[in-house]
Amino acid sequence: MALELIKGNIAIAETALRVGLVSYFGYPITPQTELLEHLSARMPELGRAFVQAESELGAINMVYGAACTGLRTMTSSSSPGVSLMQEGISYISGTELPAVIVDVVRGGPGLGNIAPSQADYTQLVHGGGHGEYHLIVIAPASVQEAVDLTSLAFDLAEKYRMVVCLLLDGSLGQMMEPVELPEFQPLRTTPPAWAIGSPDSKEHVVMTSINIDPPNQEQFNVKMMTRWEEVEKNEVRYKGYYLDDAEYVVIGYGTAGRIALTAMRAAREQGLKIGLLRPISLSPFPTRAVDELADRVKGFLVVEMSNGQMLDDIISIAARRVPVDFYGRMGGMVPYPDEIANAINDLVNGEHDVNADGRAKWLTKMRELVGTGE
Amino acid sequence: MQAEIIISGFGGQGTLYAGQLMAYAAMDEGKHVTWIPSYGPEMRGGTANCTVVISDDEIGSPTALHPTAVIAMNLPSLDKYEPMIKPGGYLIVNENMVNRAAVRDDIHVLMVPASTIAMEIGNERAANMVLLGALEGNMHLLEEGALEGALEAHTAARLKKFIPMNIEALHRGAEFQAG
Repeated sequence: MALELIKGNIAIAETALRVGLVSYFGYPITPQTELLEHLSARMPELGRAFVQAESELGAINMVYGAACTGLRTMTSSSSPGVSLMQEGISYISGTELPAVIVDVVRGGPGLGNIAPSQADYTQLVHGGGHGEYHLIVIAPASVQEAVDLTSLAFDLAEKYRMVVCLLLDGSLGQMMEPVELPEFQPLRTTPPAWAIGSPDSKEHVVMTSINIDPPNQEQFNVKMMTRWEEVEKNEVRYKGYYLDDAEYVVIGYGTAGRIALTAMRAAREQGLKIGLLRPISLSPFPTRAVDELADRVKGFLVVEMSNGQMLDDIISIAARRVPVDFYGRMGGMVPYPDEIANAINDLVNGEHDVNADGRAKWLTKMRELVGTGE
Repeated sequence: MQAEIIISGFGGQGTLYAGQLMAYAAMDEGKHVTWIPSYGPEMRGGTANCTVVISDDEIGSPTALHPTAVIAMNLPSLDKYEPMIKPGGYLIVNENMVNRAAVRDDIHVLMVPASTIAMEIGNERAANMVLLGALEGNMHLLEEGALEGALEAHTAARLKKFIPMNIEALHRGAEFQAG
C-alpha cells in the first residue's frame, strides 16, 4: 500500500474514520485543531456525526451520551481542554463506557502556550478526575505509531469498556512522516447487547454513574479493579533499544523518547553501553520491564518534556537499587539530543549514589540554564 | 546516512513547502523522513521554518541543534542558523534578501540570487525552489530527479501548471556549486 506524508493530527483523525468512528464531538484548541478540522470535513462526507460543541464540557458529555450506545465515539483536545473534561471522563468511567480521547499536550500550567509538552502525564495516568478509576493511556512517538495506536485505542475501549486516551505532544500533532493508513473497516451501527438501542437489550437500560448504596458501589469498584488487573496483564506495551548489553538505560516516552534515541546512538558511538526503554502504554505502565532492568543495570536517566511526572513512577519502581537521574524541559520547550547526551554523560561519570535526588540535581542545573526570571 | 536540513525565512516565502517537497521525494525513494514546522504565531507572518530529517534508519529526534544544512531565505534566518551548522555542512542563502556575506569558513556556503533567478523564470515565489535545487545539486541527498518526480507526483491538480517553472527553478539552483 502506498505511503502518505501526513501530520500526526490528521493521521489520527483519518485513522479514526477508517476504523469506524460513528460520532465525534470536540472544541477547537491549538495544537490539536487540525484533527477536529479534518473530521469536520470528512464525517459529514461519510454521513456520520460531527458536532462542534459549545465547550469541552459540552463535548465530553456528548461523548458520554454517544458512548451509551456502545458505538465508536471520540473527542480530542489539548491540555486546558482536557482538564475541563475530567469530570466527564470520571462519569464515563463510572458508567463503564468505551470512549477514545486524544490529548495533544501543550505547554502549561494554566493557559500556557501552544508549544509541545508532556505535562499531562499525571492528570491522565494517575487520574485527574475524582474517584477510583483507570484510563488506558497510550503514547505514540511517531506518526505511524499514532495511526496504529488510534486503531488499537478503539479496540481496547470496546474490549474493556473503558476510556482510552491517546497522549501525544503538540510536535507530534504537527509533524509529518510517511504512514500507511488502515483500510476502511465496515461501520458498526448496531449497538452491542449491553448498550442503549441494542435490539438484544432489555426494555429499560439504565446508564448512570450514580450508585447511592455504598456496598453496591464498592462491589462495582471491585469489579472495575478486577478488570484493570486484566488490562495490566494484557496491555503493557513498550519498545526497547539496545537493552541486551546496556549498562545504563534512558527511559522516555513519545517525542522525548525518540529524541533520546538520537542521544543514545551518539553515546553508543562514544563506546558507552546505553540502552533506551520507550514506554508506549503509560497506563498500564511497563513496570516489570523497568523492575528487571533495575536489577541488572548501573543507572537510569529519565527524560521528559515536563518536571518529571513519569520520573516519580520510575523512582518508585527502582526503589533505590540504581541511581535515577532526570533531564526535562518544561513549559513548551523541547530538548535537543545534545542536552540528553550531556545528561547521559553526567549519569555515567556521576557518583552512582542511589540516594541522590535526581530531580533536585536537575533543578539546580535548570536554574543555571534558564534561570527563574526573577 | 542521516541529514538534517533547516529551511527558514519569512512566512509566505515557501519554506514549509520546500521542506515538504524534500520529504515527499525522500518518502518516494523509501527513506525515513520527518518534516516538522515551527508552528507558533509565526504562521501569521514573521519567520517560518521547518526541519527535515532524512535517514536510512529509524529517525530519533526530528530537530537538530547542529543541522547538516540550512537554507536561509532572509537575514534573521542567516543570523540565527549560520552559527549552528555542523562543520563541513552547507549554508544556502538567498543573496537578494541579506546584506552580508557568511562568516563561517568551516562550512560550504552558497550565495544564490534566488529572487532574481525566480523573477527571470516568471515568478519570484519560485525562489524557494531555486534554493532547494542548489541544496540538492550540492549535497545529493536524493536520487537524481527525485525532487522533479515528487513535484509531478504530489502537486494538486489546480497547481500542476506551475510544475515546469518549479522544475526550471530547481535546475537553475543546481547550477550553483560550492567552491
